[in-house]
Order: sequence, then C-alpha cells, then structure tokens
Amino acid sequence: MDAAIAQLIAGVSLGSILLLAALGLSLTFGQMGVINNAHGEFMMAGAYTSYCVAQVIPDPTWALWISLPVGFLVGGLLGLVLEVALIQRMRLRPLDTLLATFGVALVLQQLAKDIFGPQPVYAQAPGWLSGPVEILGQSVPATRVFIFFLAIFAVAALYAVLRLTPLGRQIRAAMQNRDLAEASGISTRGVDHVTFFLGSGIAGLAGVAATLMDAISFNLGTGKIVDAFLVVVAGGVGQLKGAIIAAFGLGLLQAGIEYSTSTSLAKVLVFLAVVVFLQVRPQGLVALRTRSLA
Amino acid sequence: MLSLENVSTGYGRVRVVHDISLHVPEGSLFAVMGNNGAGKTTLLRAVLGLRPAKKGKILFQGEDITKAKTFQRVRRGLAYVPQGQQAFGQLSTRENLQLIADQYGSAGHKRVNEALDLFPALKDLLGRRAGLLSGGQRQQLAIARALISGPKMIVLDEPTEGIQPSVVHEIEQAIAALVSSGLSVLMVEQHVGFALGIASDYLVMASGRAVSEGQGGAAAAESVRAAMAL
Ligand SMILES: Nc1ncnc2c1ncn2[C@@H]1O[C@H](COP(=O)(O)OP(=O)(O)OP(=O)(O)O)[C@@H](O)[C@H]1O
Ligand SMILES: [Mg+2]
Repeated sequence: MDAAIAQLIAGVSLGSILLLAALGLSLTFGQMGVINNAHGEFMMAGAYTSYCVAQVIPDPTWALWISLPVGFLVGGLLGLVLEVALIQRMRLRPLDTLLATFGVALVLQQLAKDIFGPQPVYAQAPGWLSGPVEILGQSVPATRVFIFFLAIFAVAALYAVLRLTPLGRQIRAAMQNRDLAEASGISTRGVDHVTFFLGSGIAGLAGVAATLMDAISFNLGTGKIVDAFLVVVAGGVGQLKGAIIAAFGLGLLQAGIEYSTSTSLAKVLVFLAVVVFLQVRPQGLVALRTRSLA
Repeated sequence: MLSLENVSTGYGRVRVVHDISLHVPEGSLFAVMGNNGAGKTTLLRAVLGLRPAKKGKILFQGEDITKAKTFQRVRRGLAYVPQGQQAFGQLSTRENLQLIADQYGSAGHKRVNEALDLFPALKDLLGRRAGLLSGGQRQQLAIARALISGPKMIVLDEPTEGIQPSVVHEIEQAIAALVSSGLSVLMVEQHVGFALGIASDYLVMASGRAVSEGQGGAAAAESVRAAMAL
C-alpha cells in the first residue's frame, strides 16, 4: 500500500514536470504545425534567468518570485524573435523548420556555454522549499509540491486565456481554420506571434521551475525536449486536455516502471509504450472531433 | 462599391480564373453563375485575398485592395460566407459569433442580437459546438457571423447549396431582406431563378472565363441557361 502511494506521488510529481515542459510546446505545435526544436533551450534560458536574478537579488524567496515572471518574459521574447525571424518564413515546410530550429538550439547552447561556462551552476532554493513535506504518510520534497502547484497554475492560466478571452478565441479559431479566421477579420500572423510568445514563455517558466530540482547547465534543454515531444504527440497535437492526460499518464507509467527497474530503463520502456500506442491511435489521446469541416 | 478589372488567379502555376471584370454597384446584388469547376469559388477567394490576384486590379470603395491582406479587406467592410457551411467546429455557436463581435466593441455585441433576431433558430444552439450543428444551421451561423462585422458588402458562395428546401426559403428571404436594406452583395449561386430574381447584374463563368453577362430579372434566365449549357 505504501509502495503504491509512493509511486502515485512520484508519478504525479513527474507528470507535473513533464506537463510544464510540454504545455508550451503543445500550444506552438498546435498553432504552427511545426516542432520547435529550440523549445528546450527556451527552458534553459529560463533556468539561467533564474541564476542571473539570484545574483542580483540575494533573498532566495524574492529571487524565485521574480524569476518566474522574468523567466516567462525571457522565454517568450526569445520565442517571438525566433518566430518572426525564422519560423514564419517557413510556413508549411515542417521539415525545414525542424532543422532550422535544431540549428538555433545548438547556437543557444553554445551561447550559454560562452556566457556561463561549461560547468553547471545553481540557483539556491528558498528555505521554505528545502525540507520534505508529509503527504499521505510519505515524505515528499517541498520543491516537487511547489512544481506541482506551478504546473496546475500554468494550466489554469492558459486554459482561462484560451477559453475566456477574445485573444483565446482568436488563437483557437486560427488553429482550426486559418483562412476562415482571416476572413473573420483576424490577423493570423498576429495570432502566430502571440501564440509563440505564450508557448515559449511557458517554456521559460518551466526552466525556472527546473532550477529547483536540477543544476543549471547549457544542455538542460536537450533531455527535456524529447519528453515534452512525447507528451505532445501522445496527447494529440494542439490538444491541451490531451497533453494534461498524457503528461500525468506517462509520469505514472514511468514511476511505476522505475520502481521495479531503473530510471533509464523506465524511460526506454515509456518511449516504446508511446510508439506502440501511436501505432494503434496515430491521432493521439484526444483528436479533433467535428462533423464535417474543412 | 466593388470593381474587378481583368482579374486572373489560380493555384500554383495553374490559372483557374482568366481576365474577369465586373462591377457591383452600391446597394445591389451581383450574381455569378456557372457549372461546377468553372472557377467561381476561386474568383471569390481572390476578391477576399485568400488567393493572390496574378493579374488585374481589385477596387473596393474606390481604393485599390489588390495587395491588401484578407483580414484588412474584412476590416474595410468586406464580409465572406464561404462555400460549404463553414464554421469553427470546436468553438461553440456563441463563441463563433463573439469571435467577430469582439473586434467591434459594443456595436459588435448589439449586432449579435440583431443577427440572432434574423436567425432565431440559432438562439437555442448558442452553447452547442458549431461542429455539431446541421448544415443548414451552420449556414445560418455563417451568415450571422458575416453580418456581425457590420459589412458594407457581403460575399456569398452558394448560400443555399445542400440545404433542405424549407431552410433554403428562409435563407433566400434573409438575403433578399439584406439587399433591400441597402447592403451590397456579390453572390455565387447555382439556383438561377432565385439569383436572377434579386440580382441587378449577373455574370456566367465557364472554364474560368466570362461567357455571358447582363442585367438580372426573370427575362435573363434563358440566356443564362443557354450559356451554362455550353
Ligand atoms: N486548392 C486547389 N488547388 C488546386 N486546384 C484547385 C483548388 N481548388 C480548386 N481547384 C481547381 O480550380 C478549378 C475551379 O474550382 P472552383 O472551386 O473555383 O470552382 P467552382 O466554380 O466554385 O465549382 P463548384 O460549383 O463545384 O463550387 C477546378 O478545376 C478545381 O479543380
Ligand atoms: Mg465553388
């Protein structure tokens, strides 16, 4: 029983980390139909933002609260620049975008190495996040609980924007039918910019969160992009709900397998499970359902 | 209101519309007819800027809009109801209407109510996803959306295609009412009798070219049918 609860908690925690990494990617992938390979590097940028803020603001609590919005902004602006400079020019050429953004990822990594050095650095977590917390008789690191709530907050905020605001309606409309959106008076280019800013901003936020668990290094993004991509594809492209279910599903699966084997083997098995799942259901967990629309 | 001067367009290298010129006077309806594949939809897409005009000029209210982006044309007062009862299927009926109304502030929200009065059937469907509406309901939604932008001119592509006769009549009446209220209309329509009944001018296309044109009215029906039979 205890083992099951331990796995459940580990799975939910892993799931929330996955979700933070994948949420922004799901948004940009859904809008532009292209994979942004530099998404992981936007997380890295968020993480280094956290490090920089910590240099200026010695109090770790304040540093964290300030890093979160600043990391969002840094990630968002990087995304906006990438979209305007590159991705927008490669519309409907997903393969070119895949390669070009891969190149950008490498450039950003090198840049980070040049600025911050090849050795990992750390941002000190606030004192109130240092100890464990007791949940259902299990002791869980407080940072993991914090990340869980941050993921919930990010999902809720994104959901509110998409569902309740004029901007959100425009984003969803442009995602479904670009021509009809343009013919409805919406600048789909403008929507692309905003969507990319939001999605990349969430990556920056995820990067700040990552500093609570890991060291900050130039290759922080490389590992995360694969996980994030798995979640997006398994969930169904551009489907927020699918991404949420997939993130927690994969988190639980991995925690379950990890318990009886090892972390790296668990990753391989989860990867295989997703591949098999996509053979059976190529459209992912949640697919667009409409009666008959272009 | 709208003038096309020798407009040609197509897909990639393939020209589908050749040298079409037409003029839609303010407050009147211009009907475009022709057989399947004649290039009618492609012509309308060029008017909206969804296909670039490869040649020729498009003037709207005296201004050259040939190079303007689609959303800019819409903001200038051009509204479009595409062929095939299109709506944003994942958005609710209400959201489909709000999407347009959002851009026009309180005037937009007032026009939502006016549009719902024109198509009362939509009132009970506001919470439903547009993808789940019937074709006829979706067409009413599409026309309602176009009206909410407060257009000076509306471009309709086969508004009654594939719709049951009783609803066809409702839609025809709504269009006739719009024209008599002073709205300019450019309409593609296969139903020759209906089109000529309210059109002040018409054009028949075949293989992307104009093969017959003239003034509306029942008397034109014979020459239109003859041109379409070619
Ligand atoms: N997206 C496209 N790519 C390439 N060719 C196209 C495309 N859409 C239409 N065409 C071609 O352009 C020609 C004109 O098509 P269009 O849709 O304009 O005809 P239409 O007059 O509207 O026909 P219908 O009465 O069936 O709606 C056709 O030969 C069609 O095959
Ligand atoms: Mg057509």
